[in-house]
Amino acid sequence: MTDATFQPAVSGKVDFTSPKAQAHLRKRYAVEKRFKAYGLTAIGFAALFILFLVSDIVIKAVPAFTEHRLTLTLTPTAERVAAGGKTDRDTLMQGDWIAVVRDGVGQFFPQVTNRTQRSKLYNELISIGAGEDIRDTVIADPSLIGKPVRANVLLSDDADLYFKGRMTGRNERNGGGLVGVSGTSDTVSITSGINDFAAELARVRSDLQVAARLAQLEATRLRTALETVVPDRRAALEEQVNRQIGIVADLEKRGRSVGGSETLGDNTASVLVKINGGVIKLTEIGNEKASGTVLIPLKTATEAKAGEWQILTLTTPEASRKLSDQQAAWLDRMKDEGLVSKTVATRIFTSGDSREPELAGILGGLAGSALTMLVTLSLCLPIGVFAAIYLEEFAPKNRLTDLIEVNINNLAAVPSIVFGLLGLAIFLNTFDMPRSSPLVGGLVLALLVLPTIIISARAALRAVPPSIREAALGLGASHQQAVFHHVLPLAMPGILTGTIIGMAHALGETAPLLMIGMVAFILEVPSSVTQSATALPVQIFLWSDLPEQAFQAKTAAAILILLVFLFIMNGAAILLRKRFERRW
Amino acid sequence: MNVLSQAEFDAPSKGIGMADGESAVTARGVDVYYGDKHAIKDLSVDIPAKSVTAFIGPSGCGKSTFLRCINRMNDTIPSCRVTGSIKLDGRDIYNKALDVVQLRAQIGMVFQKPNPFPKSIFENVAYGPKIHGLASSKAELASMVEKSLRRASLWEEVKDRLDASGTSLSGGQQQRLCIARAIAVSPEVILMDEPCSALDPIATARIEELIDELRQNYTIIIVTHSMQQAARVSQKTAFFHLGTLVEEGPTKTIFTTPRDKRTQDYITGRFG
Amino acid sequence: MAHWQQSGAIMLSIYLILMLAGIIAAFVLGRRRGAALYDGAGIARADVHSLPIYHGLMTATFAVAPMILALALWTSFAPGLSKSAAISAAPVKEITVEPARRQLEEQALYRDIQLSASLLNQGRPLTRPDLQPAAETYNTSKSRLFWALLLAGGVFGAAGGVFGLRRISVNLRSRNAFENVVLGVLIACSTVAVLTTIGILFSVLYETLQFAARYPFWSFLTGTVWSPSSLTLGALPLFAGTILITLIAISIAGPVGLFAAIYMSEYASQRFRDVAKPILEVLAGIPTVVFGFFAALTVAPLFKGFGDWLDLTLGTNLGVASESALAAGLVMGVMIIPFVSSLSDDVINAVPQSLRDGSYGMGATKSETIKKVVLPAALPGIVSAMMLAVSRAVGETMIVVMAAGLAGNLTWNPLQAVTTITVQIKTLLVGDQEFDSPKTLAAFALGFVLFFFTLALNMVALRIVRKYREQYD
Repeated sequence: MTDATFQPAVSGKVDFTSPKAQAHLRKRYAVEKRFKAYGLTAIGFAALFILFLVSDIVIKAVPAFTEHRLTLTLTPTAERVAAGGKTDRDTLMQGDWIAVVRDGVGQFFPQVTNRTQRSKLYNELISIGAGEDIRDTVIADPSLIGKPVRANVLLSDDADLYFKGRMTGRNERNGGGLVGVSGTSDTVSITSGINDFAAELARVRSDLQVAARLAQLEATRLRTALETVVPDRRAALEEQVNRQIGIVADLEKRGRSVGGSETLGDNTASVLVKINGGVIKLTEIGNEKASGTVLIPLKTATEAKAGEWQILTLTTPEASRKLSDQQAAWLDRMKDEGLVSKTVATRIFTSGDSREPELAGILGGLAGSALTMLVTLSLCLPIGVFAAIYLEEFAPKNRLTDLIEVNINNLAAVPSIVFGLLGLAIFLNTFDMPRSSPLVGGLVLALLVLPTIIISARAALRAVPPSIREAALGLGASHQQAVFHHVLPLAMPGILTGTIIGMAHALGETAPLLMIGMVAFILEVPSSVTQSATALPVQIFLWSDLPEQAFQAKTAAAILILLVFLFIMNGAAILLRKRFERRW
Repeated sequence: MNVLSQAEFDAPSKGIGMADGESAVTARGVDVYYGDKHAIKDLSVDIPAKSVTAFIGPSGCGKSTFLRCINRMNDTIPSCRVTGSIKLDGRDIYNKALDVVQLRAQIGMVFQKPNPFPKSIFENVAYGPKIHGLASSKAELASMVEKSLRRASLWEEVKDRLDASGTSLSGGQQQRLCIARAIAVSPEVILMDEPCSALDPIATARIEELIDELRQNYTIIIVTHSMQQAARVSQKTAFFHLGTLVEEGPTKTIFTTPRDKRTQDYITGRFG
Repeated sequence: MAHWQQSGAIMLSIYLILMLAGIIAAFVLGRRRGAALYDGAGIARADVHSLPIYHGLMTATFAVAPMILALALWTSFAPGLSKSAAISAAPVKEITVEPARRQLEEQALYRDIQLSASLLNQGRPLTRPDLQPAAETYNTSKSRLFWALLLAGGVFGAAGGVFGLRRISVNLRSRNAFENVVLGVLIACSTVAVLTTIGILFSVLYETLQFAARYPFWSFLTGTVWSPSSLTLGALPLFAGTILITLIAISIAGPVGLFAAIYMSEYASQRFRDVAKPILEVLAGIPTVVFGFFAALTVAPLFKGFGDWLDLTLGTNLGVASESALAAGLVMGVMIIPFVSSLSDDVINAVPQSLRDGSYGMGATKSETIKKVVLPAALPGIVSAMMLAVSRAVGETMIVVMAAGLAGNLTWNPLQAVTTITVQIKTLLVGDQEFDSPKTLAAFALGFVLFFFTLALNMVALRIVRKYREQYD
């Protein structure tokens, strides 16, 4: 086994103290150490990965558990909500509550009159579910109609993200000098006594440098593409490359320049100035002087002293985010008025799916999963246990039972998506069972986990010592009585452990459910196994695919909830195993 | 110990041999195969009723195999095949029409290692009467349990904790519980497969005492490794060697004047 | 469709309640009659063969068997009978000759009839008044058939119960009879797994043959262009993509899993094992959709960001795709680590201690013993573990669906986006599809390839494991 130097030394005694032997030994121990380190590294890698994965998901999920909303005084007028003067529940449910909310929000921005502006304010900042709170309050007490009522108004996902700081970096500071403005609306210029805008100017220039580098990269890519392009497209591409090079040069020049002023555009941060009760968006910026357009009209054009006006920088360029500077200004105004509050979001647990991230919850997926698991468990537990009992206790040892055994082991390793194909071809298309239903999902998952349950149940049955069986048989119990009265109850903890682990596996399974159509967008929370439904992991898959940024947090939150369920199940299995572990 | 065995030798033996007592079990030309292995070869023996018969012999001689043929426990081994005839009270136990379950109710069995069910003491004893429908009421079942435990001389020790698990008893108590469990279904024959091999000497003495009491009511067949034990408890002894029955007869005769050389070698300890 | 199912569910529940009532009644009566046997003149309790409960169970079996049979007949024939009755009552439209087309039209007509029938039941106006007679026929047919079921079930169930009751006697071996019924149920349950395999075989094989009839199978297997929208179905890029991602995954899971197993079984202290084992179990318990999310939203952007940064600062031209094979493969590799390590752990532990002792006795170090004795002895087991891991990687769906691409690029560059077999099965089958278009059938053909490839791997691997186990048992 060891090195050849030690082997042929038959003629005399081997000197293990010679320097050569010592060196060799040291080398062997070094190898040993390295080998051991590899093993430790492997486990460390796995542990680190889990840590990375879980913390990544937790960090992503945290925002989903809070939401921002406005607290407003709203007046639910009869013509808005009580059609025909009726105040019964059904009529009120049909009322135009969102209009009531819009009336309330509109009070703060009387200047917003044009159609596009109104849409940007009402449709993009206020959730379409914003009327629910006032609706429920008024339904509980219809006498409130026509009176001012304080109610919570849910913000849209984008507005929520803005307040969570996930839309853009946000940096607000007081202006340092005495500053004058040239007007109260449209385009104005601002002049400060000191170099108040120097920091912003520097920031804009560094943004330009970054933009220049990205443009450079794009130019390189285009030039590479030039090598493989078909001849007739070559000219167009060359022109594009040249244009790109021009853009790079321009950006670099602007980024490097010193002093003077700079224009703000699509690839620079936005700089807003809050002054005299209004907001100005800067379009050009110098060290002491800037000019811009008014987003919210100023009350006066008087000078503002240091500390009485603020410079607000939104670090993500306007073109790269979903909320415009105008919308950010509106939101900031509402926040400055003290209307915005942050609360714990419980909706994720209590509502079904929705196209609007702020309204979407996992209840539908959870109910679908529960129904699916119900079907799975009620099928695979009895079938699995019975099959295991037959194979372990009653089956004669012959080729047929051998075949069944090989088959079960192989089935356990068949990819899950293939079970989905089975469900699609057999259950849906041949037996015409209801598509997207927990019934079919449960059936497919039952077949999927059946081998696992059979294998673990057989192991549990095998672990019951034969002496118990013999004792019962010796008393004149039939073989079945011996099994059902004595062996099975003793094997039950082991069987249940295996079943829980199998069910945990089924709960996380996604691919076969996609095949049988449990991927539809379903608003309703399902209540029976033949209704269309989705399942929690499928919900995760669906959400992860959606473009809205807010869904990313919802997805991570749904994952977190799924993982909690799985940990509980696995924990229960481990506890069960520990509690009932029996040494014979 | 010695006193006991001496007393056993001197006790007036009733029902010994097939001449003067009736036979409970008669075996004729029994062969047993495990797959290709011929475990028992052309065995014929008579077991006298209401007495203790001991099977002795070296390990692997087929004594346990034959014992398990008597209540057809060998049925549970798929590769095992039995030919010849074994009769209980004149009825062939390998008759196809016979329900093996009812047979085992008539021929109880006590195993090498005490194997109480991991259930309460009461449940252990009540299980047999329950599955055979022997009790018509709860009270009757309770009295059956008590009677069986008394007969197994375990009642005094466990009467206050019938709900305790059978596995919580000591080894000797467990084995007596197994005996109580076996006699609860009122069998005619009780088979004992080395019932004391897992027990300490004191517990062994209790069991041997019990066996002696039980022979008033039951036919007992005991497989034992210990020749002293065979001498102490049995009235008839059969010596097995390599799957054949070498010699059988009254215990005293076998141990004092064996006819066969092999028997002699075995009881004098030349092999075993 | 939904209508038949909805009211069908109600009918089914009524019938199941009837069945349950029949079972309970037969059981109670049978048991009572069985108990009465004990009181017969000159009969000892021990003479009665079976316990009353078995007489009850057997009587219930006699009662319920014809009811189940009736239900089976009803479920297999009733929908078809109602359908043909309804369609023959529908106004005759122009007859389309082409069979496939006619079938589709008939299907659509039937759906309309069902919708009308359900509207009729709810007393709502019909969307197609011309179908009123057909809808009425459909409803009557359905309710008639259901009454027939109730009647047949009730009568035959009762007859069975009475028959069972009358057989009860002292010598009737109800226990043996019922145990045979139970044994039948046990056997039936153990064939479910076999039926599943047959079902899988049947479904993928049948659809694949359909596919082969419409699309040249050889060019499906060897074509280099995959473009379902233009019905160009050359699956080679898919196979290549699958292999590429699998290779990446195995090159991570193989060594890491194996070294983890070696460390756990040969070096780790009990306390370390108590901590490390749950870590691997946690990893094994994480659903693949979670790994997919992680791969798509964290790892892939990370790689792309890093690649772009390199391109930017070092002037390289990696051009990492946002759905790179590397990201999907890496995450998949991590997912498989616990799988490899637990399988390897088993085979390493199966190597007898005596072999190790032999090596230590010669003065070999631990690592030398592992490398020169344990691993060679465990090699077949480790090889089969790797094969099972490959099969797992090839069949994995969610990670690649979420993190790999859709375009069939034929490339070996792990920084590019590739697509895989499972991704395409999912893409072709999810969403609205006609069932017999070549595109959907192609998905089944891909499923066929996937199933047989993994099956072959599994069978060989499991056989090796079995042989290996026997060697050291």
